Amino acid sequence: MKTRINLYASLLSLAILTGCSSAPVYDNDTTEIDNAAVKTAQVGSADVEIVPVISDLATVFYFDFDKAVLNAESRGALLEHAAILKGNSRAVRLEGHADERGTREYNIALGERRAAAAKEFLVLQGVAGDRIEVISFGEERAAAFGSDDEAWRLNRRVELK
Amino acid sequence: MRYFRQCFILMLAIFFASSAAAELVIKVTEGNDQPTVIALSPFNLNGIKINENISDIVAADLRRSGLFRLTPQRDMLAFPSQPADVYFRDWRLLGAEYLVVGSLSVMPDRRYELEFSLLSVNSQRIQFTHKVRSPASEMRDLAHAVSDKIYQAITGIRGAFATRLAYVSVIREGDDFTYRLQVADADGARESLMLESKQPIMSPTWAPSGNELAYVSFETGRPAIFRQNLLTAERQQLTSFKGLNGAPSWSPDGTKLAIVLSKDGNPEIYTLDLNTNKLVRLTRHFAIDTEPTWMPDGKHILFTSDRGGSPQIYKLKLSDKSVKRVTFKGNYNARPNIAPDGRTVAMVHRSSDVFHIAALDLKTGRLLELTETTLDESPSLAPNGAMLMYATKYDNKGILAAVSIDAGVKYNLPAKRGDVREPAWSPYLR
Repeated sequence: MKTRINLYASLLSLAILTGCSSAPVYDNDTTEIDNAAVKTAQVGSADVEIVPVISDLATVFYFDFDKAVLNAESRGALLEHAAILKGNSRAVRLEGHADERGTREYNIALGERRAAAAKEFLVLQGVAGDRIEVISFGEERAAAFGSDDEAWRLNRRVELK
Repeated sequence: MRYFRQCFILMLAIFFASSAAAELVIKVTEGNDQPTVIALSPFNLNGIKINENISDIVAADLRRSGLFRLTPQRDMLAFPSQPADVYFRDWRLLGAEYLVVGSLSVMPDRRYELEFSLLSVNSQRIQFTHKVRSPASEMRDLAHAVSDKIYQAITGIRGAFATRLAYVSVIREGDDFTYRLQVADADGARESLMLESKQPIMSPTWAPSGNELAYVSFETGRPAIFRQNLLTAERQQLTSFKGLNGAPSWSPDGTKLAIVLSKDGNPEIYTLDLNTNKLVRLTRHFAIDTEPTWMPDGKHILFTSDRGGSPQIYKLKLSDKSVKRVTFKGNYNARPNIAPDGRTVAMVHRSSDVFHIAALDLKTGRLLELTETTLDESPSLAPNGAMLMYATKYDNKGILAAVSIDAGVKYNLPAKRGDVREPAWSPYLR
């Protein structure tokens, strides 16, 4: 397994626009309106290059709704990953995800809990914790689109990269 | 002259910003059973050419509130523009309870002034006469100010037509995502782009001043909290801790943000002082603690926690960090949003496996389900507490929808393109 992640710092350019408004003034029976318009900031995209060499070993682990418990299949695959990782010094990234049901910030927390469960499992097998990065995207990065049980099942996941 | 050139450049910038936008269109789906009948006599423009139809905007505002039925213009026998020209009998025959008349003029400083009156047809009395002034470029603001004044005079509730929405739109093309943070008027008009990114943007929230937003952006490859000024586009990254940086909520006095960080191992709620950058940890629990929102008193915070086994809403007292559970009905209650009266909490509530928006009365404990669609989330109350905006799915697309706090009035704001979500209703802007 070979993983390389390059993150280029994103560029930030601010639209510099001179405002053309003054503060509103009021009196009892008059409403003064002088709204300044909203201005835009821009962000260049963070360019993430991911180059995995996929073996037939599972790199995606699935979960039940609102749960962060690794199933037997996932534990089996993670055991093999741990053995490989102990033989090299590569850093890995565990990305936690949730399905679209429930609230977004709660799902970000749930995705992190799932990725942390996978990390904890690898650490217990002897992989150094500082080689494992955990990040959660919650429901923001779906793997399957649609609002049905199958799409939801595929989205409740941790991806090892 | 320089003033006008700057305005022109600004308008160009807004025009181009808008062309990339999602564009929201309103569809009223449910209204009040016994609406007040009101007649809007078309405002007399006195030959002044304006680029917006003020009468139409006011009519659309009142209609959208669900509380009014408008007398059709084609039924009107005359279009009076001042109270002296009104024959009350004509309007009584049309069944109108109220009549609005008004006329536009240009002031010496070239701004426009609309003088308008609300008349009660039954009592044959002038309820009020009011003047609204604005630059020619801001006729929509002028129209919403008219709507606010009429709405308040008739309902006794302050109008919230002259407010804005912030929301996130997403366009997916294959594996390519474009996230946009947008701000538009509360009626979906004048959408403008605040931020565009290939990485997720989440959880926009307004500063009490109405001039700034805080939100979460993944543009650095990980979640981080930013604040951004709407008037200057000035932008500042506030946090970059290991793990989660999320769910910002501005304190009522504007000096602090409540945020969620997992730097100490799991999601906990903190306050971040925006002047001193001082962090104070408020929760200490191995469960998920997230989605903080300040109570209007500034002394309590509502948040979501699964410390009891499923997500529920809790209330934290800032003075001693004590925590009390608030929701007991249902096995999923999350993302609280409190009304300005400090009494009604809007939330995401699951009943029979479907996610609705519900309102909980903190005094009586009564829970009212407001929506009937599925996958409803992100409730955000208007500053007058009368309506709330939320995100839902329609035809497999993310749309915004609104519902009144008594569930009687509903309308949708679908985007013409892409998905929209996470609406945040602004505070009063003036």
